[in-house]
Amino acid sequence: MSDSHHEIEAHTDALLPDPGLPEHHWRPTDVDPAAERRAERQVATLFGLSILCTVLFVVFYVTLRTGIQGQKFLGLGASNVALGLTLGGAFLFIGVGVIQWARKLMADVELVEERHPASSSEEDRSATLAALQAGLEESGIGRRPLIRNTLLMSMGVLVAPAVVMLRDLGPLPGDKLKHTVWAKNMRVVRDVVGTPIRPSDLEIGDLVNAEPEIIFGTDKGQNLPAGEVLEGADLQVAKAKAATVLLRMDPDDIVSQVTRNWSVDGIVAYSKICTHVGCPISLNERTTHHLLCPCHQSTFDLADSGKVLFGPAGRHLPQLPLGVDDEGYLVALSDYPEPVGPSFWERDTKSPAEVADEWSKETGK
Amino acid sequence: MSVDTSKVATSNTAAATAKKPTKVGAIAEWSDERLGLAAMGKKNLRKIFPDHWSFMLGEIALWSFVVLLISGVFLTLWFKPSMADVTYQGSYPQLRGISMSQAYASSLDISFDVRGGLLLRQMHHWAAMLFISAMMIHLLRVFFTGAHRKPRELNWVIGSLLLILGTLEGFTGYSLPDDLLSGTGVRAADGFIQAIPIVGTYIGFFLFGGEFPGDSIIPRLYTIHVLLIPGLLLALIAAHMLLLVYHKHTQWPGPGRKETNVVGYPMLPVYAAKAGGFFFITFGVTAIMGAILSINPVWKFGPYDPTKVTAGSQPDWYMGWPDGALRIMPGWESHFWGHTWSWNIFVPVILMPTLSWMLLTILPFLEAWITGDKREHHLLQRPRNAPTRTAFMVSLMTWYAMFWLAGGNDLIAIKLHSSINNITYALRVLVFVGPAIAFFITRRWCISLQRHDNEVLLHGYETGVIMRSAEGGYSERHLPINEAKAYAITVRDRGRVGEDDGVDAKGKTTLRDKLRTLYYDDDIQKPTVAEIEEAHAHAAHEDHALEAGHGTQAVEAEHGDPALEGGHTSH
Repeated sequence: MSDSHHEIEAHTDALLPDPGLPEHHWRPTDVDPAAERRAERQVATLFGLSILCTVLFVVFYVTLRTGIQGQKFLGLGASNVALGLTLGGAFLFIGVGVIQWARKLMADVELVEERHPASSSEEDRSATLAALQAGLEESGIGRRPLIRNTLLMSMGVLVAPAVVMLRDLGPLPGDKLKHTVWAKNMRVVRDVVGTPIRPSDLEIGDLVNAEPEIIFGTDKGQNLPAGEVLEGADLQVAKAKAATVLLRMDPDDIVSQVTRNWSVDGIVAYSKICTHVGCPISLNERTTHHLLCPCHQSTFDLADSGKVLFGPAGRHLPQLPLGVDDEGYLVALSDYPEPVGPSFWERDTKSPAEVADEWSKETGK
Repeated sequence: MSVDTSKVATSNTAAATAKKPTKVGAIAEWSDERLGLAAMGKKNLRKIFPDHWSFMLGEIALWSFVVLLISGVFLTLWFKPSMADVTYQGSYPQLRGISMSQAYASSLDISFDVRGGLLLRQMHHWAAMLFISAMMIHLLRVFFTGAHRKPRELNWVIGSLLLILGTLEGFTGYSLPDDLLSGTGVRAADGFIQAIPIVGTYIGFFLFGGEFPGDSIIPRLYTIHVLLIPGLLLALIAAHMLLLVYHKHTQWPGPGRKETNVVGYPMLPVYAAKAGGFFFITFGVTAIMGAILSINPVWKFGPYDPTKVTAGSQPDWYMGWPDGALRIMPGWESHFWGHTWSWNIFVPVILMPTLSWMLLTILPFLEAWITGDKREHHLLQRPRNAPTRTAFMVSLMTWYAMFWLAGGNDLIAIKLHSSINNITYALRVLVFVGPAIAFFITRRWCISLQRHDNEVLLHGYETGVIMRSAEGGYSERHLPINEAKAYAITVRDRGRVGEDDGVDAKGKTTLRDKLRTLYYDDDIQKPTVAEIEEAHAHAAHEDHALEAGHGTQAVEAEHGDPALEGGHTSH
C-alpha cells in the first residue's frame, strides 16, 4: 500500500525517550483456571438471563392487558413496564455478557499497527492521472467542445422537469393570506359551542374565545346549504385565521380612538393569532387588558389597538370592528381590516390609525 | 483477589489449530470463490482500534440510530400519516367521540391498543434524544482533542451534516402525531417559513399544499421523516464509518503510541465483541427508559386545533436554542413599499442557526488556515494544549447554552418567581457577554493547566507529605511523576508550526498572521531537555540535602530561578 518514501511525518519531537509499550499483565482469568471457569459461568449466566427475559416478554405480551384499562404497576401501565423491562433485560444481558467475555476471557494483548498517510503514493497518483488522461483523450471530450457543451447544457436543463413538477405542491398564495372568512354582519359566536353572544352576556373583565358563525355551518342561526358549509381542511384553514378573542373592559379604560370606534359597550375583538409566528394567544391579564402569547411571550395591549408591549412580535394585533345586529347579537362590521397572523413578504403593513382610515374610506363609516 | 498474575499464562491461551474442513469452511470457500472476501478480511478482520472511554460517545450515536431504525420500522406498521378527519372510538375514554386527524387517532391506538406500542413510541423518542445528544457530545470530544485536524476534516463535515439532518429528522418526527403540542410547533414553523423574504410565502404554500394547516403537511413530513432523511443519514453514517476505518482511529499519545502507529485491540475478537455488545446495551437501556420514563404523552395534549394552545409550549430540547433566540429577539420588522421583512423571525430562526452551523462546519479549515498546520495528525491533543481552540468551543457552547436557557424563559420566571421581562433583557446581554467571558476564562484556565504540566514535569507532583526541617521550617515533598505519564504529556508541539506570511506589500501584518499571534498568544511551551535535566539534577540534590539533614533554608538559598514561568509555588 505504501512505498518506503511515503510515510507520515512523525512530527512530535521526542522530549523524553519513549519508554515503549508497557509490559503486559496477565489477568486472574489468564492464569487461574478457577477464575477462568468462574468468568465462563458468569457470561453463560448472563446469556441465560437474557433468554429468561425474552420468555417473560412473550408471557407478559400474552397475559397483560394494554392501555388505560390494563393492569397497573406503581401507577404505571403494567404492560408497558413489563414489556419494556423484559425487552431491555433481554438485550442488556447479552451486551453485558459479551463485553464481560471480551474483558475477562478474550486475549487482551494490545497490538500495534503501522499507519499510512491518507494520501496515495506518488506512483499511484501518476498512474491514476495517466489513466484519466488516456480515458479523456480517447473520449475526445477536450477536443470536441461542441459535444461537451451541448451535453452539459442538456443535462443542466434536466433539472427543469424536477423543479416544474413541484409547482403542483400547492396553489399560489394570491391574496389568500390577506382575508379571513369574517364578513360584514357575520355573527360573533362562542368557540366550541357556536352560540351567538349579546353584549350583556359579558361582564367587565370577561374574555371569550370566538369564531365567525360560518365555522359552525349556520347563518343567523339558520343552517347553511350543504355546499356552503366548511369541512375538512377548508374548515381548519378558516378556523386557523378567523380565531378571535373578545374582551369586555370598562369603556373608560380604552386608550385608542380606533379601538373605541370598533368596540361595543367596552367589548373589543382582536385576532387570536399572534402576529409573531402564529400561536393562538390565550393568556389574559385581567387587570391590565394585556394579552400574552404562551409560545414566545409577546404581550399586546387590548386597550390600545393591540400594540406590542413586550416580546418578539413586531406588529400590533389586528382588531375586528364590532357591531350589533337587529336581534342584539354581536356581529363583525367587516372582515379584519388587515391581514391576521404572522408577517409575510407581501404584507402591506400600516399603523392602526392608517388601517382605520382606509377602513373608514372603504366602508363609509 | 490474591491470584499471582505475574506468572505466564498456562491456561486460556488455546490457539486456533488447523482442523479438517468444516461446514463453515465450505460456506466460506463457496462465498470467497464468488466474492473474494479473503482479501478484504485479511486487511480488516484484525484491524486495530485504540481504546478510550471517550471513543464510545460516537458509538452511542451510532447504536441509538440503529434503535431508531428498528423501532421506527415497527411504528410505521400502525401509524397512519393522514390528516383526514375521524371521530375517535378507541380505548382512551377522555377523547372518545372527539373529532381528530387520523394521524393523531393512530398515535393513540399505538399508545393504548397495540401491545408494546407505547413502548415502541417511547423507545423511539428516547433514542432520538440520545442520538442527538450523543452526536453533540461526540462532536465536542472530537474538537476538544483535535481529532478534526488533517486528514479528518471531511469526516467532520459529514458529522456536522449528520447533526443538522438528525435535528430536522427529530423535528419532522415529533410533528407527526398531530397533537396540540406538535401542531403548535408546525404552526410556528409555518411562521418561520413565511418570514423568509420574497419567496417565503410561496415556499409555505408549496410545503403545506396551500394555507396552514391544510391536509398535506403530515403525509409530507412523514415521507421526509421515514424515507428522505433516514436515507441520507444512513448514507452519511456509512461514509463516516468508512472514513474512520480508512484513516484509522486517532489515539492518545503514550509510551509506544506514536503518530505513525495505532495501538489497541484487534477488531476480531475484542473490538467486535465490545462494540457489538455495546449495541445490545444501548438497545437495552433505551428499552428500560421506554418502560419506566414517560415521554411525549400525546393523549394528554389532545388533538391539534389551530385555535388552541397550552402555556409552556416548548419544542424538544434540541430545537430549544433557536426557539430561545426567537424569544429574546427584539420585535424588529421593516415595512417598505408594501412589503414586510420580519427580522424578529428571520434573524433568530433562519439566519442565526444557518450561520452557526456553517461556522461549525468550517472550523477545521478555519483553524488550519490560522495555524498554517499542513501535517497529518493521528495523536490526540489535550484540550489545554490548544487554549484558543478549547476556549473558542467553550464560547460557542456558552452561546448555545444562553439561547437554550432563553427557550425556557417562561419556566425560569415561574420557578424563580421573577419577572420574565428582566430574564429576557438579561439574556439579550448574556448571549453576547457570556461567550466572551467563557472564552477568556477557558483560555486562561488552559494556560494555567499548561503551567501545571510543566510544574509536575520539572518538580514532580505534590505528595501531601510535609517535611519539617531542623530549623522548624516546613516544605512539601515533591516526587517525580512516572515515566509513562511524563512521556505522554511531553508529546506535543513546541511553538508555531506554520510559516508566517510576513508583511504584505503595504508593510502591514496580514490578517492571518494577526490571528495566528492571537491563537498562540501566551501559550506555555513544554520545557526543553536541558531544563528537565537541570530540574532533575536539582531534585536529586534537594533529596540528598534533606536526607543529609540540612535545613530547608540551605535548599531555599540554592533554589535560585525556578526555570519556568509560573514558578515553584510549593515553598
